[in-house]
Amino acid sequence: MVEYLTNTFGLSGTLAWTIAAVVSAVLVLNVIAGGALFFIWAERKVAARIQDRLGPTRTGGRFGWLQSLADGIKLLAKEDLMPDGADGLLFRIAPYVSFCASFCAFIALPFAFEVVGLRLNVAVFFVVAVLGLEVFGVIIAGYASASKWSLFGAMREAAQVVSYEVPLGMCVVVPVMLAGSMDMVTIGEKQAGWFWNWYLFHDPFTFVVFWVYVTCAVASVNRAPFDLAEAESELVAGFHTEYSGLRWSFFFMAEYGSMVLVSAMAAVLFLGGWNGPIPVASLLGLSEGTGDTAPYLVRLLGLANLLGKATLGVLIMMWIRWTLPRLRIDQVMTTCLKYCTPIAAVMFAGAMLWQIVLPGGLLPSVGRPGGEIREGWLEGPGGRAPAAPADASVAQVRP
Amino acid sequence: MLPLAALAPWLVGSVSLPVAAINWHSIMFLLFATVACLAAVAVVAADNVVRMALYLVVSLAATAGLFFLAGAEFVGAMQLMIYVGGTLVLLVFGVMLTAQAPFVSIKSSGGDRVLAGIVGASLFAALLLAALSVPAWRQPASMQVTGPSATPLGMALVGVRVDEPPADAPAGSSQSSYLLAFEIVSVHLLVVLVGAAYLARAKRRKVPRPIEVAASVEPPESVAEHAAIGRGGRASSVLTGGSA
Repeated sequence: MVEYLTNTFGLSGTLAWTIAAVVSAVLVLNVIAGGALFFIWAERKVAARIQDRLGPTRTGGRFGWLQSLADGIKLLAKEDLMPDGADGLLFRIAPYVSFCASFCAFIALPFAFEVVGLRLNVAVFFVVAVLGLEVFGVIIAGYASASKWSLFGAMREAAQVVSYEVPLGMCVVVPVMLAGSMDMVTIGEKQAGWFWNWYLFHDPFTFVVFWVYVTCAVASVNRAPFDLAEAESELVAGFHTEYSGLRWSFFFMAEYGSMVLVSAMAAVLFLGGWNGPIPVASLLGLSEGTGDTAPYLVRLLGLANLLGKATLGVLIMMWIRWTLPRLRIDQVMTTCLKYCTPIAAVMFAGAMLWQIVLPGGLLPSVGRPGGEIREGWLEGPGGRAPAAPADASVAQVRP
Repeated sequence: MLPLAALAPWLVGSVSLPVAAINWHSIMFLLFATVACLAAVAVVAADNVVRMALYLVVSLAATAGLFFLAGAEFVGAMQLMIYVGGTLVLLVFGVMLTAQAPFVSIKSSGGDRVLAGIVGASLFAALLLAALSVPAWRQPASMQVTGPSATPLGMALVGVRVDEPPADAPAGSSQSSYLLAFEIVSVHLLVVLVGAAYLARAKRRKVPRPIEVAASVEPPESVAEHAAIGRGGRASSVLTGGSA
C-alpha cells in the first residue's frame, strides 16, 4: 500500500506510511465495531430461534436488522453512573483497557493473503499474548466498582483466563510446528489447495487439537458455558454490574471482538484461513493471472472465505451458549486442568511424532507446498510467489 | 483509481508539506519512552496497590512498544507475554489483598521517602553515567552476522562492537560496554528484593510461645508467609464466591 501510494500519487514516504497506517487502523476498528453490531443482532436472532421465539422483528423493517443500532442509541442516551465508593480513575479506564487489548490483537490478524494490518513474523505469539491482556480491564473493573458482585466476577474471570491460556497456547503451537513459522500469513498459505490440506485434517492429532482449541477459545473469551464472570443468576451481572451506557458497551464490543478474533484465528490455524474448501481461484486460473484485477479478486475471495469461517465460528459459539448450561467454577477448572491440558499435551506430542514418521501427511500432498520450506519462503523463488509482488498497483494493506 | 490519481497533486500540495517533515519514528519513540518513564514514576508515587500494578502494566507495555518500534517483534511479544502477563497475577493478588480494608493504601514515612530517594537517585546517576559512556552506534562497517540476530547486542554487552571499524579500536583499549549498566540494574533489583523480603517477613514475637518452645522447631519461613496471606485476604473464598 505504501508503494501504491508512493507510485500513484507521488507522495513522500513518510506521508504514505502515515496514510497507510491510518487506513489499516480504521479498517480494523470497523471490523470490530461493525462485527459487534452485526453479531449482537445475530445473537438475538439465534437465541430467539433456539428458544422458539422470533427475536427482534420490527426495527428497520424485516428481521429487525437495525436492532443493534437502536441499542446503540439507547446506550448513548443512558446516564453514565459511577458508584460512590468506586475508584474513579480505574473505573473509567477499565473498558478502554479491555477494548484496546481486543483491538491490538486484530492488528496482526491476516484477513486474506497479505491483507494484514501489520505482518509480524511472530503473529501467533503476539495475538495470544495480547488476547490475555483483555482480562486486565475486567479485573480493574471488578476492583474499581466497589461491589462484591463485580469483585467475585473479576476474580473468577482472572482464574479462568490465566488457567486456560496454558492449553490454548499448547493448541496454538501445533499448527505453528506444522507450518514451521509463527507468521500467520505463512501458516494460512501453507494450507492452500483443497480442504484436506487444512491442518484440521492433517492428522488425527490435529483434529483432536482443534476441538480442544475450540473449548479453550470459548473459555478464554468468557462465553457460555464458561461465562462465570457475568453469571447473572448469582452475581447480578458479574464484573460489569456497575457499568452502564457507553462504558458497558465497550466491554461488549471487546467481548464480541474477541469472539471474532479467536474464530478467525481458528480459521487461519486449522481451517485453511482464506483458502476455501475448493480452490476456486486457482481452478479459474486467477492465481496465475497477471491482469490488474486478478490479485484483487483473489484477495476479495480470500476475505470472504475468512470472514465466512469466522462468522461460522461465532455462530457456533452462540449455538453452544444457548444450548449448554453454565459450569460451576470447579467444573471449569477440572475441564481445563484435567482434560484440556493433558489432551493438548498428548496431541502435541502425537502431532510431533506424526511429523517425524509421516512428514508428508497421510494423503498424497496435492498442491501442498513442501514441508522443508521455512520462513520467508513466500518471497523465495521456489514457493508460490505472491500473485503480483512486483506489481505496484496491488493495494497491499500491509504497510 | 484514475480520479484519485487526478487528485494527487492537490493532496500533495495541501497535506504533505507539514506532515512529511515529521520523523514519525522519533516521535513514536519519544512517546513510548515518555509513557514508560512517567508510568514508572507513577508506580513509585502511587499509594494504592492496584493502581501501582496498573501503572506498572502501562510502563511495561510501553517498553514492549519500544521493542516493536525497534523491529524486535519477538522480544516485544515476549515482553507482553511474560512481564505484562506476569503483572496480571500481581494485580490479582493486589485486588485480593486490598479487598480488605487495612491494605488499601501503602503510605511510607517521610524519612523512608528521603532515604529511598537518595539511594534511588545515586543508583540512577550511576546508571545514567554508565549508559551514556557507551559510544553511539554507527552503521555496521561490514555485516558480520547473517539475518536478524541478537549477536551484536550480546557482543556489545561485553564491549565488543561489530560496528567499530578495526582501525578505530586498538587492541587492549578499554571500551565502554553495557556490562556496567547491566550490573547497576541488577543492584537495583537486589535492593528491591531485599525490600520485598523485609516487608513480607513474618513478624515473630520476641518471646517464644509455649507451644513453639515445646516443639523447639521453628516453622519454615514460607509456611509462616502463607499463613500471613491467608489472614490478610480471602484468597479462596473470593474465587468460589463464598459468603462475604
